[in-house]
This record gives sequence, structure tokens and C-alpha cells, in this order.
Amino acid sequence: MRHFVIVGILVIVMSVLTYAGLYAADLMPVAASIQAGYIDWMWNLELIAMSFLFALIVAPMFYSLVVFRRRKGDTTDGQHMEGNTTLEILWTVVPLFFVVFFAYFGAVNLSDTLRKDPAAMVVKVTGIQWSWSFEYPPIDGIAVVSDELHIPVGHQVLLQMTSKDVIHSFWVPEFRVKQDLVPGRITELRISPSLEGNYKVRCAELCGTSHYNMEKPVVISSQAEFDAWMAERRKEAEALQATPEGSGQLLVSANGCAACHSINGAAGIAPTWLGLVGHEVELTNGTVVVADDAYLAESIREPQAKIVAGFETQLMPTYGFTEDQISDIVAYIKTLK
Amino acid sequence: MRKSNPVRSGLLLLILGGAVGYGIGLGIDLLISHSLNFSGSVSAAFALLLAVASFFFGVYGYRGITRGLVWQLVGMFLGAFFVTGMRVLMGKEEIFGTFFFSEPAWVLGALTGVVSFLFGVGALDDWMKWVRGIDTPEHHEDMPGWEKYFYVSLDHKVIGIQYTVTSLFLIAVGGTFAMIFRTELAASQLQFLTVTFRLFNQTGPQLYNTLMSLHGILMIISILLGVSGIINYVVPMLLGARDMAFPRMNAFAYWVAVPASVLMLMSLVLGGFDTGWTGYPPLSARAPVGMQMFFLGVFTAGWSSILGSLNVIATVLRMRAKGMVAMRMPIFVWAAVATSIIALTATQLIGLSFQLVMFQRLFGMGFFDATKGGNPVLFQHLFWFYSHPAVYVFVLPGLGVISELLPVFVRKPLFGYRWIAMSSLGIALVGFTVWAHHMFTSGMNEYLRVPFMYSTLLVAVPTGVKFFSWVATLWGGKIETPTPMLFVLGAIIVFLLGGLTGPPNAAIALDLHLHDTYFIVGHFHDTIFGGFVFPFFAAIYYWFPKATGRRMSEYWGKMHFWLMTPSFLVLTFGMMRIGLLGMRRRIVDYDPALGLDSTHLVLTIAAYLIGLSVFIFFVNFFRSMKYGEKAEGNVWNSRSPEWQVPSPMPAHNYEVPFEVVGEPYDYGLPGSKYIEFISANGKKHHHDEETVIHGA
Repeated sequence: MRHFVIVGILVIVMSVLTYAGLYAADLMPVAASIQAGYIDWMWNLELIAMSFLFALIVAPMFYSLVVFRRRKGDTTDGQHMEGNTTLEILWTVVPLFFVVFFAYFGAVNLSDTLRKDPAAMVVKVTGIQWSWSFEYPPIDGIAVVSDELHIPVGHQVLLQMTSKDVIHSFWVPEFRVKQDLVPGRITELRISPSLEGNYKVRCAELCGTSHYNMEKPVVISSQAEFDAWMAERRKEAEALQATPEGSGQLLVSANGCAACHSINGAAGIAPTWLGLVGHEVELTNGTVVVADDAYLAESIREPQAKIVAGFETQLMPTYGFTEDQISDIVAYIKTLK
Repeated sequence: MRKSNPVRSGLLLLILGGAVGYGIGLGIDLLISHSLNFSGSVSAAFALLLAVASFFFGVYGYRGITRGLVWQLVGMFLGAFFVTGMRVLMGKEEIFGTFFFSEPAWVLGALTGVVSFLFGVGALDDWMKWVRGIDTPEHHEDMPGWEKYFYVSLDHKVIGIQYTVTSLFLIAVGGTFAMIFRTELAASQLQFLTVTFRLFNQTGPQLYNTLMSLHGILMIISILLGVSGIINYVVPMLLGARDMAFPRMNAFAYWVAVPASVLMLMSLVLGGFDTGWTGYPPLSARAPVGMQMFFLGVFTAGWSSILGSLNVIATVLRMRAKGMVAMRMPIFVWAAVATSIIALTATQLIGLSFQLVMFQRLFGMGFFDATKGGNPVLFQHLFWFYSHPAVYVFVLPGLGVISELLPVFVRKPLFGYRWIAMSSLGIALVGFTVWAHHMFTSGMNEYLRVPFMYSTLLVAVPTGVKFFSWVATLWGGKIETPTPMLFVLGAIIVFLLGGLTGPPNAAIALDLHLHDTYFIVGHFHDTIFGGFVFPFFAAIYYWFPKATGRRMSEYWGKMHFWLMTPSFLVLTFGMMRIGLLGMRRRIVDYDPALGLDSTHLVLTIAAYLIGLSVFIFFVNFFRSMKYGEKAEGNVWNSRSPEWQVPSPMPAHNYEVPFEVVGEPYDYGLPGSKYIEFISANGKKHHHDEETVIHGA
């Protein structure tokens, strides 16, 4: 009987200490969305459960290892205790109750995070190996497309997402919620931003070679700052759309070309564009060609036709661009000297 | 040369064969690509294949496994050339591919290679004889000494050891891969697996994806083989049977895993694959040829699981000793049955899901291609319908080992035997209903996720029964902690951590944060180490004397445990911590701004220490076979049947059959017996127990 009392006390003390430790360890990142608030509440509930159950098993175990250790010279066997049906029923039914309890709260928690705001701003998200593209609601026929996600604090945003190639996943740890981007489908994610700041979205579903690098900035700002940013982007888009090079730049940004082709000369998965035009390149079959307009256009149309030596392990996908789009992109590449 | 020192000749020939193979590959590559690719795939592939075959030739000569591997090579080339010939006849533009053969040629070649291996090693010999109307003897005499392990043996004990050693080999390879990428991950920014690094036709990040994916699948296959190893070795002994119900199928099920492993390892040099072991399309539909080697390797290994399980169930149903009713079987047998029910019925689904991707690649059938009316999420359902129950295949035997060993070292009955037996079946059953908890972010229907949360949490109930029963077994006992018991206790604690971090993952909204982070990686390493790795080591230390008549070193065993356990706990706690803070899975590099560098360094050090502890185990394991302290009696003073006969276990297990006359775990009940040997004239007598008090 005495053993049970001591162990009982140990379990309570250990539970409290474990929970206190886990709580103080500040295990979650800062919460920047309302959804994060709900999810952190659930996490806290789980911490309590984990602390208690951990103590419930480990305390009697360690107690037994000390108190019920075989003493030197003792060759007798232990107590002949075969079982206890009441205990078995108890420790089957009570956990069953907790299963229902946690599942119920889990379901409520889920619906809390899915709460819809009918005035949510819709942003179309496209994932592409290995970049993100965000299309904002059009104003006066101009839809800003950016590789950065900006959202105004306090205003729910509804992300409507798809992928151009393989499965990706949208995740900002500070927002907590995560959703896969599936080619051929549109998946949705609702985020209610609550804390201004600079964050990052990083792809959370293995999507190939540069999955580790597939990240773009996410900014929660005040409504005024957001409006200002959008206005700037709109002006920029208008200006860019007017010229071939500008249109090319918009296409490049929307299709994530920079994930492989750097524009600053840095080595990468694919040849850098800086100073490429007019340069000589060696192909995998040993021949040397000049990277002129025709060569660039062909390489966008048929990426496998002429591969530069050293880059054959990572094949460029086709994008289905029109001829006009291709010449715009080439025009843009030519500006990178 | 072979007789004097086979290992030395083997290693010599390994180097020679490797060099020759490398040269041949380099030459072929030169012919095809007109350039010398010193770190290319073709030379590496040939080098690897010839090195391995030569190694076994040096150690063993041209028979058994060597013949199997040589025939696999020949069969692979014949199959691949056959398809290549077809392509010529069909007037295809591209006869060859990036890695010499085209992808269809490699696929058929891999398949014919597997079949050729099975013929070459001799696993089909008896059946082929029957086909020709020739009778074969029921029992085959094995070669003496170590040579029988490289040959087809029908003895479940030999097969159990073959499974176990192959499992340990794959653990070593998979673990080495982990240590390679853990070294890269120790600090942010790419140190050596850079974009300009090139090996086997892969850049650094591509190679990382391959190594990480192979780490996953090699470890998973090693678990399946290890589980089969323990079960095949131990179950007939526990039942009082002389062997498994179908010894030839048993041998086949083991030997099919060898060419399967070869295929998986080949993927490394055939462009690798970048999808993780989960192989999700559309990414897996566009991955290099290595992807097909992975798919076929796993498909083939699945036959091992399915056929092995069939054998176990038949054996348990039909070959129990007299008096061994269901509730008087050793508890491990219940675990083996529950495991086998899952493996027998669920494995087909992973084979199917991979086969569909293979057909999408080879024949353009758009099962998972949205542009052809397919759905990528369908793959995930098919895949996880096996792969979740699979994890119960991984852990149920280990949990059975814990239940089996605790009474021996606590000298007390297993608390609530019936409930524990039923809990294994309960876990197996409920385990079939939870698969979509791997898919909460996949785009599946929002509220359809809720029933899966309920079913996932429900698994905690039978699992809890086990934990509470184990605590109650320890309570009031006379506890001793030799090495096997240390690993049992470690298993309980580690599996507890794994089990406790399950419910947070089950809560859907919370899982949205946790999914695809290192929190999950920490969770499953805890469950796998607690449910398999620690019990696997416990089982090996425990049954080693039964297999060899010698003990492994207690000192080094304890060293293994005390080095591995704290390191492992640091590893998994660290993983969970960084996962919560934003560290995603399956990435070769991470943003320094996350501030996780110091924790990553700690994780890498922990990984190295775990590697060191496993190395210590390997040395102990192999040395003790020859130099271990002799232990020919009931070393652990166990009531279990196999310990009532001398060690090493006689060839056909029980020359004198036994009858079950009591409960298996009635320690502490004076005068109680579990079994009695039935002598020739029908009189029962109890075999004199050697009361060897094993050291503390």
C-alpha cells in the first residue's frame, strides 16, 4: 500500500514538473495567425496529456527498478500475480473515454481553424519546381503577380492553390496551418493574419532537387502598408507589361525560372543568365555553339535539344509558352549583362 | 585460397572485381557517350555489381549466393538486351538511354534478374524437380559450419540467422547513408553535397535525396527482414515444432529478399531517385531510372513478407505441441500471428501502388496524372493503406519480445496475458483503419479527416493495455538487468515517447503544423527504435546463446546500451524540437536564420555515437560466435521450451517432444511446470533444470 502512495505522489510531481518544463521550453514559434492561436491551445492540451501519461508509466517503472531490484543472494522468484480483471477493464475504458474526449476537441479545433470570412481576400497561389507565385485580386483589369505573399493584418486571406508540376505544400510555421498544392486540382487554405512581421513560406512536401530551397517571403503588414505595396506593384506591372523585356521579366517571375537560372552569375542547377547572350557554350555532345536569340528560343521550346555540358543531370521542364512569350523572355535575358 | 581465409580472399577479389568492373563500365560508357566519365553511373554500376559478386566468389566459390548473384547479373543483361532488341525491331528512335539501357530494358532486366537469381541460388531446385516428376527428400542435410548460411537451407534456424544477418547488413548501409547526410546537415549552407558536386550522375542535392530515400527504404526492409528473422528463428521453438510448416517456401521468402536488396542498392548508381521512400507521383513519375529499381526492389521484397507470413500462420495453426492451447502459447507467438495477419493482407497494396506508377512511366497509363483524368491523391490512399499497417508489422514483434522477456528477468508472471494477447490483435485490426492520418494536408476531403483522427487515437487503447501490463509485470518482481533486459527497458521508454507523440499528430489541426517536419521524424524514430531496434538487440543478446552455445560479452553489451540510449534520446528530442520550430523533412540544407545550427550539430554528434554503439555491437556479435563465453544450458533460467534443451539448439529442435502442462509464465508459483517431455514409453518426465543464476 505504501508503495502505491509513494508512486502516486511521484506521478503527480513528475507530471507537473514535466509539463512545467515543456511549457517553459517555449517549443512553438511565435503565433502570427488566429489559426495558430487555436492550434497552440490544442498543443497545450496535448502537452498536459503527454506529461501525465509519461509520468504515469515512467514513475512506477523507475520506482520498481529501484525498490523491486533483486537483492544480492536472493534467489527467490517474484510475486505470483497473474492479472487483475478490474484493473484491465479500468485501463481500457478510461483511455477510451480520453480518446473520445480528445477526438471531440480535435474536431472542434479543426472547425475553429476552418472558420470562413466571406470578405476574405482571394490570392491564387501557384507552386512550381522550385518557386512560388502569388496572384492578387485584379483591380482595373490588372492583377499583380508576385513571388512574395503580402497580407494585411486582421484581414483573412483565402489561398486558392495549385501546382504546375508535382505536389508542393504551403507552410509558414508562424501560421501553423499547412496545405498541399496538387497538380490538376485547386486546394484551399484560410489564414487570418494577426501579427505583423516578415516570415517565409517554405515548401513542405518533397518536390525534387531544390525542395530545400523553395522559399519566398511572406509579409504581414498594416492595411495601409499593404495598399501601398500593391499600388507600387501595380504601377510596376503596368510599366513592365508595356515592353517585351518587362513582359519577359513578369513571365520569368511567375514561372520560377530563377530557382535554377541565377541572374547574378551564381552557380546553380542551370547555367546563369548573366552575360549569357552572345557567349559561347559547350554542349554535352562536345560541340560549341553561340548562345544567340535562336539558341535561347529553342532551349525554352525544347529544353532537351541542346544541353550545356555539366548540366545533364537535371533536365529542364517544358512550359508550353507561346512564341510571343518566348521572344519576351529572350528579350529579358538579353538585358542581363 | 578459399579454405585458408575466405574473408581475405573475398576482400581481395572484391577490390579486383571492382576495378575490372569499373574498367568495363568506363569502356562501355566511352563507347556510348564518347566521353570518359570517371565518376559516372555506368562505371560505378559495373564496379559495384562485379565487386559484390567477386567478394562472394572469393569467400564462397561459385555456388549458393555467388551463383545467385552471377545469374542475376546475367539474367539482368539478357532481359535488358531482349527489350533493347525489341526496340530495334520496333524502329524506336532511342534504342538506349541515359544509363546505357533504356528504362523499359532496365525494368525487364531487373525482373529477369530477380528470377534468375532465385534459380541460380537454388531456391527453386526442389520445386523444379517436382515439376519434372522427381521426388525430393523432406529434409536436406545442411553443410557443416558457416558455409550453410550462404546456401539454400530449409532449416528455420539457418533461415532465421540469414534474415537477421542480412537485416544487420542493410542497417549498416542505411545507417552509413544517414551519417553521410547528417554530416552535411550539421551546419547550415551546403558544405560538400553542393550543386557542383557530382557523383553517380547526381549533383549534391540530388545525391542527398537519393541517400535520404535509400536510408528510409533500406531501414524499412531491414526491419521487415529482422522481424522475419526473429519470428522464423524463434516461433517453431516456442511451439515445440521441428520446423516451419513450409520450409521450402521459407527459404524462398528469405532468398527473394537478396535480389530485392540488390535492386534497391542499384538505384543509387542509376541516377538515384528524389521522392523519399514514399514515392509520391507526379514526382515519382518523372524521376530517373533509379526510381524503377526502387519500385521493383520493394515489390520483390513484398513477396518475402507475404509468403513468410503465410508460413507463420500455417505453422501456428497446425504445428503446436500437445496441450498448447491458444492461451498457453508463449506471448511472442500471438505477436507473430498478429504481425503476419497484417503482412499477409496489406502488403499487396504497396505493390499495387508502385506497379501503377511503373505503368504510368512505362505505358503512359495516367492513373495519377491529372491531365489524363488521374488523381495524385489516389496514390497516397493506396500507398498508405499498406504503409500504415506496415508500421505495426514493424513494432508488434518487438512489443512481443518485450512481453516475452520481461517475466524471465522479473521472475513474475506476465500481467494480464490474455489482454496482452488480444491487444496485439486489436492493434493489428485498428491499424487498418487509420491510414489517411498521413494525408491530412493532401487535399483529401476536409471533414473526412475526422474519422481518421478518431481511429488513430483509438490505437492508443490496446497500446496502453500493453504499457500498463508491462508496468504491472515489473511491479513487485525480482528485477535483474543483464543486457537483454536493459534493451527491453530501453525499448519500453523509447516506445513510450513514440506513442505519446502520436496523439498530437492525430489532432488534425495540430498535425497541419507538425506534418512533414522533424517532429514527425522524431516521432517515428522513437516508435521504430522502441518497437523494433531495441527489442531486436534484446532478442539477439537473449537468443544468441541458443543459436551458438556462447554468450555475447556482457561488458560490451552494456557499453552498446549506455552509448546508444542517451544519444538516441538526445537525437529524437532534438529532432522534435527543431521540427516544431520550422525544420522541414527531407531537406539537405536549412535557413541559418532559423537558428537551428547548434541543435543540428548536436544531432549529428548523437548520430555518430549511435553509429559507434552499433559498430561495437557488430564486433561483439561476430567475435562472440567464436570467442564468446560458453553458455550451453538455460542461461537465463527461463521456463520457455527452447531453454529446456541444450544450446546450440539441436538440428531438429526437440528430439523428445514435449507436452504443455501449465501456464507459460508461472514464475513464483512453487512446483509449477510449463512443459514436460514425453519419453518414448509415453511417461512424462520433467527435464532437470540447470539452475544457472545469471550474473547481474
